[in-house]
Amino acid sequence: MSPATVAIHASDLIKRFPDVLAVDRLSVEVKAGEIFGLVGPDGAGKTTALRMLAGVLMPDLGSAMIAGFDIVRDAEAAKAVISYMPQRFGLYEDLTVDENIRFYADIFGVSRTERVQRASRLLDAANLTQFGHRLAGKLSGGMKQKLGLVCALVHRPRVILLDEPTNGVDPVSRRDFWQILYSLLGEGVAILMSTAYLDEAERCHRIALLHQGRILFSDTPSELKKHFRGAIVAVVSPSPRRVQAFLANAEGVLNVVLVGDGVHLVVDDAERRIPELRRHMVSAALPFDSIEQVVPTIEDLFVAATSGSHRGMDR
Amino acid sequence: MRWHRLKAIVRKEVIQIRRDLRSLLLIVAMPLLLMLAFGYGVSFDIKHIPVFVYDREGSQQSQDLLKHFQASEYFNVVESVASYSALVQALDAGWCRVAIVIPSDFSEQLKTGGPVGVQALLDATDNNTANVSIGYSEAVIQTYNRKVQLEWLQRHGQSTRQPAVSVDARTWFNENLESTANIVPGVIAIVMAVIGSFLTSLTIAREWERGTMEQLMSTPVTPLEVMVGKLVPYFVIGLFDTALCAGIGIWWFHVPFRGQWSVFVFSSILFLMVVLSLGYFISVVTKSQLAASQTALIATFLPAFLLSGFIYPIDQMPAVIQLITRFIPARYFMTISRDVFLKGTPIALLRDELLALGLFAAVLTLLATRAFHKKLS
Repeated sequence: MSPATVAIHASDLIKRFPDVLAVDRLSVEVKAGEIFGLVGPDGAGKTTALRMLAGVLMPDLGSAMIAGFDIVRDAEAAKAVISYMPQRFGLYEDLTVDENIRFYADIFGVSRTERVQRASRLLDAANLTQFGHRLAGKLSGGMKQKLGLVCALVHRPRVILLDEPTNGVDPVSRRDFWQILYSLLGEGVAILMSTAYLDEAERCHRIALLHQGRILFSDTPSELKKHFRGAIVAVVSPSPRRVQAFLANAEGVLNVVLVGDGVHLVVDDAERRIPELRRHMVSAALPFDSIEQVVPTIEDLFVAATSGSHRGMDR
Repeated sequence: MRWHRLKAIVRKEVIQIRRDLRSLLLIVAMPLLLMLAFGYGVSFDIKHIPVFVYDREGSQQSQDLLKHFQASEYFNVVESVASYSALVQALDAGWCRVAIVIPSDFSEQLKTGGPVGVQALLDATDNNTANVSIGYSEAVIQTYNRKVQLEWLQRHGQSTRQPAVSVDARTWFNENLESTANIVPGVIAIVMAVIGSFLTSLTIAREWERGTMEQLMSTPVTPLEVMVGKLVPYFVIGLFDTALCAGIGIWWFHVPFRGQWSVFVFSSILFLMVVLSLGYFISVVTKSQLAASQTALIATFLPAFLLSGFIYPIDQMPAVIQLITRFIPARYFMTISRDVFLKGTPIALLRDELLALGLFAAVLTLLATRAFHKKLS
């Protein structure tokens, strides 16, 4: 990775609030043309990290360069090349779709012709073209998020920071959203987004799992899965809580997590443990429909990584 | 300061004001309402005070005295009652402010030349009206006294002479002593203070409350651009309202405008800068529309109303309060507005007031620009 292509370079960012260490020595590098996902539950520090990178919140310690600009010393210059979309809809609800776009285009000094061209392409991709004269406040949740993205992209940013952009967005709008993001990568932008949805994280080129302000590990989704030691065994059962309690301390079981219709177990050796566990449950008369090995999802990785002393991960 | 960013903010604010019914209503209705309410409603002229009388004698002389009361435009003799208790009841019930009792030996005493006491009972819950009523009663009695003396002298064949000294009063600047002439230029100052600070106090707070501030801070816009961009539309609105009020005062209430327009416009601009930046500063600091609007009202409307000399003359206030009024910008504009309207005072004589306003404008603008940071805390 040559320095020239590194669009976001954060090293050891620290932000402490009176009652909590929100971000703890966060280091991250995002290349131009890459989508990077910050994955973590609510309160993990995702929003705080993005705010510091967007130049709207001062880090206590550490530094970050955005497209070559220092976000502490040169925040205002950095802001000219950043597009930041906060978690809460940040557009003017009493302005129409077109007026909002025009406002952000004017703020960034986009020429009229460029604005018209770019806006029509983005609106088209977002399926918002017919809503140009509608007040932003009258749009649905998904359309609002897409309008936010359109406004954020109307000035050709080099770095895009998105804070849970698809939160509460319908599947159709979500698909539009990702298509727009992928189409931008060709222009060489770097995208850093936060998400609590793990299925969405798998669409990123690389991800970092954030927990209590710290990055637990960071890699591509597939590499992360390779690092996963052991296997995931899914037990489908009508009484998952009893299964969870019963298997928590069984031999070879590293972790047990409740999922929708049963539990996911992290085991050291699936082939050996599955028959053993089945016998245990049968002899204890625990009802279950099936027990089988499944491919680990990022959610499994995350749970494995954040529970106990990182049992189940090899680093 | 970059032109395209400034223009973007101004355009956005104008659209938002245009679509906000509450703001529009305030911009147009408030000046009208205040002008009419004060122009018609507030009168410091005390006239037609209701009077009840209890004439215990019922002679020609006593009726003659009462006619003097009736003839005065300050009193309105509502009813003549036949008992003391009826008078007390009238005062209790608030049917009259003044009750006059003429003794049963009124004409007898007059003849013997001894001083006659006529009792006046006053409802002093409103001490000001009571005070004024005493003065007016005395004046009526004085006139009656002179008449009695005159008649006595004539009856005794003595030549009459005029009183030794009399006041020859010429009322300048407000010849007919109308309180509208005093009030209307003052209402302009109040309207400007309220419109200017109240509306602007909402601007930044609104961005915080609606969640648009974080997005705005992430753009390269500068704090100065935000402030100027947000204040320019309200500046125009403020000038419009000033002109509206002045127009109503001159053409509807017939308040004379004797000064120079340039002086009035210049000082209005200064005062607008003061109140606009005060409202903006409050908005930046409070970050909430409710808190900001209430702070703005308390910080401008009340002082402009009570401490600017609008109602209560400053030189009649206790020394400590007089000192406090020096920190009320409306005080200076109140003086300028009245002087320019009624006296036609030239700019040179308003130097101190203009300097004070300029100082306030400079300090508040500086505070407002410094208070706004493009960082979350």
